[in-house]
Amino acid sequence: MSLTSLRVFFIGGLLSYRALFGWLSPWVMIPTFVIAPIFQILLFTYIGRAAHLRSDEFYVVGNALQYASIPCVFAMTNTVAGERYQSTLGAVLVTPAKRIPLFVGRSLPVILNGFLVAAFAFAAGGAILRIHVPASSIPALALVLFVTATATTGLGLSTAAIALLARDTATLSNIVFGTLLVVTGANVALEDLPGWMSTPAQGLPLTHGIEAARRLADGASFGRVGGLVAAEALVGLLWAVLGYATIRLLEWQSRIHATLERA
Amino acid sequence: MTAGTRLLRMIWVGWVFRVKEMTRSGLFVFTAVIEPLIFATLTYYLFSAGSKPETVFYSALGAGMMGIWSTTLFASGGAVQWQRWQGTLELLVAAPSRFLLVIFPLTLGSATIGLYSLVATLAWERLLFGLPFDPVHPLLFALSVPTMILGLGALGLLIATSFVLYRNANALSNMLEFPVWLATGVIVPLSLLPGWTEGIGWTLAPTWGFRAVRRSVFGGEVWPGIGMSLGLAVVYIVLAAVCSTVFERRARERATLSLT
Repeated sequence: MSLTSLRVFFIGGLLSYRALFGWLSPWVMIPTFVIAPIFQILLFTYIGRAAHLRSDEFYVVGNALQYASIPCVFAMTNTVAGERYQSTLGAVLVTPAKRIPLFVGRSLPVILNGFLVAAFAFAAGGAILRIHVPASSIPALALVLFVTATATTGLGLSTAAIALLARDTATLSNIVFGTLLVVTGANVALEDLPGWMSTPAQGLPLTHGIEAARRLADGASFGRVGGLVAAEALVGLLWAVLGYATIRLLEWQSRIHATLERA
Repeated sequence: MTAGTRLLRMIWVGWVFRVKEMTRSGLFVFTAVIEPLIFATLTYYLFSAGSKPETVFYSALGAGMMGIWSTTLFASGGAVQWQRWQGTLELLVAAPSRFLLVIFPLTLGSATIGLYSLVATLAWERLLFGLPFDPVHPLLFALSVPTMILGLGALGLLIATSFVLYRNANALSNMLEFPVWLATGVIVPLSLLPGWTEGIGWTLAPTWGFRAVRRSVFGGEVWPGIGMSLGLAVVYIVLAAVCSTVFERRARERATLSLT
């Protein structure tokens, strides 16, 4: 990769993330990334208690990881949709910059954001509900959180691609968030879901990551969950490739149909 | 035209405008249509997998009422924010009518649209999961639902008037979705929560509105819930009038009305 591409990847990605002005205000960040995940964890934990279903740990792990999809899907989508909204997408796409560093570079700050949100939600939810996790599992858990945030950002790249075609990306991101909440096992174990939900969930990010994190929280070694972590990474990679391919296709289509500036 | 007629006309026009506006917003249609179905599905599988499957319909009704709150909350936060984005907030504040009276039909219209969430959730549960809907007190159910909506609309009004000062009102309102679901006992019995949360729940009209609706369906005393919901709605409207006056003045002083 040339120096220019590296600059586009790192500096361009960082600039694009910093341009999410609406998100980076403390008035938005604190309610969205700090308070909301804690209450999501509390809500489902108490529902679980009311239904006499699973342990508190089940919901803390599931919802902490699932909440990473807020930055990973919404922010990733907005890094592309925001360009169109601000009428800068044409200027970005007309540059000779290579597309992989241009678009994939935007995912790096988003992955870190998703990782930090999930880690905070896990720590805060665990502290409030007094979940005990073996200290030896924490490094492996951190790795699983990072892989899961990366995989979910891969899905976010796919929704970002659709942002080149559809206008109402907030609705799309909300639907993705809701789907992940239901089918990935964050709150209902996969064996309790019907096959038409649990089978497609195998191809979604979070499903394998949540399962791996639950086993680690129960004291399993990293070697026992290596397959799940690899599956999570593979799912994320496939979504990222699909997202990138769709972006290239829609970029070409949008030039033909002049839909680039359709905000 | 008398002052009373003018007031009623303004509420009617504002309500109709809001309902039309809301049904054309993709994001709002998602909140009113799809999100309740997501939560209905989620709560169905959560409760049917648990050791108390008899609570499934209890949770199904709760999921419908959760949808009404989401719709009201989202639209109440948005009521001010969208006017700000569209550059019409200053015009509304400067209009001869009181700002409170302009916003009230907007929040009431949002809560009314939220009614769709309840209907959609119950229909979804019936069609997909075969859950019956057979209220014990059908007439009281028909009375308790609009009472609940009035209470929610009044709470939405209080939220909306408080958000005049804040540029990111929608983020703050989104944050309140899950806490109010918890504190009002809409899906989780209040007895399961820490004791101090019960006091918070009592001050929230949705707690009593949800209770009235639930008791009209499953049996029990409905009138206390209706009475408390209406009483708290009046309190909210009075508080909203105070907030509206104070915050509107501060927003004018700080020149924040047009900041997006």
